[in-house]
Amino acid sequence: MIGLLVAIIGQTALVLLFSPLITGFSKTLKARLQTRRGPPILQPYRDLHKLLRKGMVMPETASWIFSATPYVLFATTLLAALLIPTVSAQAPLSPIGGVLAVVYLLALGRFFLALGGLDAGSPFGGLGSSREMTISAIAEPALMLAVFTVALGAGSTSLSAMAQAAVGQSWRFLAPSQMLAFAALFIVLIAETGRIPVDNPATHLELTMIHEAMILEYSGPYLALIEWSAWMKQMILMTLLVNVFFPYGLTAEASASGIAISVGLFIFKLATLALAVVLVETGNAKLRLFRVPELLAVAFVLSALALISTFLFGGRG
Amino acid sequence: MWPTRELYTAGMFAFAFGVTGGIASHWFARHARWTSWLFCCTAVLGAVLEAAAAVGGLLQRSEVAWSFASGVPYLQYSIRLDPLGSFFLLTLSVLAAGVGVYSIGYLKHGPAGKNPGLSCALLNLLLESLTVVFTASDVVLFLIAWEVTVAAAYFLVVTNHESAEARSGGMLYILMSRAGTGMVFSGLLLLVSAAGSTDFRGMHGIGEKLLGSNGGIAFLLLFLGFGVKAGIIPLHIWLPAAHPVAPSHISALMSGIVIKTGIYGMARVFFDFYGAVPPWAGMLVLLVGVVSAVLGVLYALMEHDLKRLLAYHSIENIGIILMGFGAALLFRSYGHPALAALALIAGLFHTLNHGVFKCLLFLGAGSVLHATHTRNMEEMGGLIRRMPSTALYFLIGAVAISGLPPLNGFVSEWLTYQALLSGFGATTELTRVTFPIAGALLALTAALAAACFVKAFGITFLALPRSREAEEARESAGSMRAGMAILALACVLLGLGATWFLPVFDPITRQAFGVGISPDLIAGNGFILTAGSTRSGAVSTLLIAVMLIALSGIPLLLWLLWGRRATRATGPAWDCGQPGLSSENEYTATAFSKPLRMIFGALFRPRREIQAEFEVSPYYPKSIHFESEIQPAFEKHFYDPLRAGILGIARRMRMVQAGSLHAYLTYIFITLILLLIFAVRG
Repeated sequence: MIGLLVAIIGQTALVLLFSPLITGFSKTLKARLQTRRGPPILQPYRDLHKLLRKGMVMPETASWIFSATPYVLFATTLLAALLIPTVSAQAPLSPIGGVLAVVYLLALGRFFLALGGLDAGSPFGGLGSSREMTISAIAEPALMLAVFTVALGAGSTSLSAMAQAAVGQSWRFLAPSQMLAFAALFIVLIAETGRIPVDNPATHLELTMIHEAMILEYSGPYLALIEWSAWMKQMILMTLLVNVFFPYGLTAEASASGIAISVGLFIFKLATLALAVVLVETGNAKLRLFRVPELLAVAFVLSALALISTFLFGGRG
Repeated sequence: MWPTRELYTAGMFAFAFGVTGGIASHWFARHARWTSWLFCCTAVLGAVLEAAAAVGGLLQRSEVAWSFASGVPYLQYSIRLDPLGSFFLLTLSVLAAGVGVYSIGYLKHGPAGKNPGLSCALLNLLLESLTVVFTASDVVLFLIAWEVTVAAAYFLVVTNHESAEARSGGMLYILMSRAGTGMVFSGLLLLVSAAGSTDFRGMHGIGEKLLGSNGGIAFLLLFLGFGVKAGIIPLHIWLPAAHPVAPSHISALMSGIVIKTGIYGMARVFFDFYGAVPPWAGMLVLLVGVVSAVLGVLYALMEHDLKRLLAYHSIENIGIILMGFGAALLFRSYGHPALAALALIAGLFHTLNHGVFKCLLFLGAGSVLHATHTRNMEEMGGLIRRMPSTALYFLIGAVAISGLPPLNGFVSEWLTYQALLSGFGATTELTRVTFPIAGALLALTAALAAACFVKAFGITFLALPRSREAEEARESAGSMRAGMAILALACVLLGLGATWFLPVFDPITRQAFGVGISPDLIAGNGFILTAGSTRSGAVSTLLIAVMLIALSGIPLLLWLLWGRRATRATGPAWDCGQPGLSSENEYTATAFSKPLRMIFGALFRPRREIQAEFEVSPYYPKSIHFESEIQPAFEKHFYDPLRAGILGIARRMRMVQAGSLHAYLTYIFITLILLLIFAVRG
């Protein structure tokens, strides 16, 4: 019981404190690749600190949905984060939900966020909500099919079981099914976290925004919660990708040195993935909104191929 | 000893009292204020009694059955509360209780309120006939009850018979129902011919005894016949025509339970009358399920008529139910009774869940309609401030139907996913690919449903009112809110307490496959729902709900630490520096679904027409006329040619029916001769 509590608190702290760093790291990295200086790596923490102390302006038309949304979004994202394995193959709350629960908890948060966008009554909110729900809806089948491919190999939809099934099979990611599923999930990661070429997190030009348009009316502490949730969601999806496909260094025992190595490897894996995302962002231009479905269709085809190759080439091995 | 039979009979009497009393009051006390109150109460009382009887039918070990001779050959009034029938009876009762309470307030106004006595009588008749449909144990009695349901539902649909839309919707409903009944009738006749009796008990597993291809033909006839009722694509066209035009409490029952009689019929045929069927049958059901789910939700997204939108979602959810049924059939064909049981539980649980939340949503739509006098979402908005309780209940229904945790829709969709995934390694190559792809399309369906309900809730209830009616909307009567509250509570309880409800399915799966798997599905003292074992996947809606509440404490803590001094002001939303945002600047329902309309343009074939009038420059139009519509593919490519063909044949048949008495006498004479020859030779 104590162990469980420690694991929950530990992982909560890890996700809460570490997710802004990933964002800061990505931003700096991206700036450097574009030969800009960029903000300091710790800038997201300062933003949080600033926003949490600031006053709020609520739109006149807003109802209680607008105020409830940041709380729902924050709680669902954080709970989803507690369901995935980070440094240990055993996620703290693994028994209360597997990968389906993670996907649907994120969907619950998004549902309320989109309602919050509509609640403000400004046209931009509706525009953002509409686009966000559209893109997430067409990303969903690719995401699920890729996840199913991995789940079928592990014989379980529990993320801990998936990670454990992968532990000890060091070269498994070279199996065709694994590579294809990874490629599909990478595209979904870019779409779901609102990165170029799907959405531009840095834009503030109203007509091109997706995520930013939806949260345009939020300010102060509410904006802090929403931004923080977005960073956590990015960390969740990245962790999912690295730990399911490259489960190196996931601890089994709770020794201090073991945990230290795991944390180190975990950070290394995330940094590598962040680098890959930033390279994609720098090397591509933003797609037109109606070209995005084609990208996601590619992801779906990749995951369907992954599924078929599981029993053509035996992806379980 | 639970008095199941007595409770059942008492419930039937309560409904019967509602029917006769309702008709009587139409003559004697037409404008009495107590009419709708009294006879809605009989419906609620009947529902409560039948619920108790259904519990008896589900929990008792011995079979609860009795019958009366009718004096007519081939007809026995035999009633049996077997587990499957009792489950559907329980579903009916829960919905009827909610709808009954809601109707007390609802029947005071509107077209249904003009003749409250007759409306109540028909409502009670519908409930009574549905009860018999689910509990009849005799083919003839079943068909009689089936037809009474159609008739009662028809008259309820055309309550507002002054509108041409209601009349044509009702006509389409009754025509399609006739076609469906024809197929059901022929299918059942084939089965009866093999069984040699019209009793359901003698028909268990009779499907295999049919000779040659007759087994397959009967299966197809029954699937399509019941499919018309359930609203599977492409037999669905009556559903979005008839459901929206009915009074809302009837729409709720139609979508919640009347279409489920089709599902009941399929469950009865697939898992009682037939043993293992060839794999193509299961694959067909799965395919129809997937197509109905995806197309249903895509058509729903294009609607801005709130009730039509909900009607299309019924098609989607029937699809999800059939995905469970199809998987169950396939698992049974390949000899995996435990997996078949899991898939069947997923389908049946979704049947109950869909009934509850769809009923709730239709009642919510009814309240909105009542307050704003329109079904067009583009004229609503801002209702959350004017109708806070209705908005809350509608939101609960919207979250549930989108399959989001921790409510009931999530539980049954989760079970469906698990059933589809557990097929891997257990079946042939074909299903190994189709099951996960079906799962992925279920994910697409659920995500599109979420998008659709963001639209339905957001445009209807949030932001500024888009019309004067919406501005002047008032919260609905207490009894209407109470009716919705009952169903909203059921959504929450079935979601959080799913594991405590699951043992209900054991007798059903034992009857169908000989296994009861609920102990395997429950772990952790009942807090955790698993997919057969904790290893293959687990979820706990209750603990998710608890954790969500606990984790909301963190932002609160942060607020205490940092934000207490933060000020909170209200101001206008961002208007690009041009003050005066009004409801005309808000996003509309049509605009919301525009990206999806373009992405799935090949299916929708949208047509739009823009006419702008301007004087000086095309950049400053004086007025703009915008029209947009999508092509109803099935109506255009399937039903229109069909109708033209039938009318053409009818035109040619007209010469036979010349209106001349001599000709008719000749026909009768020829028929008589033919019959005599047939009798003598046979």
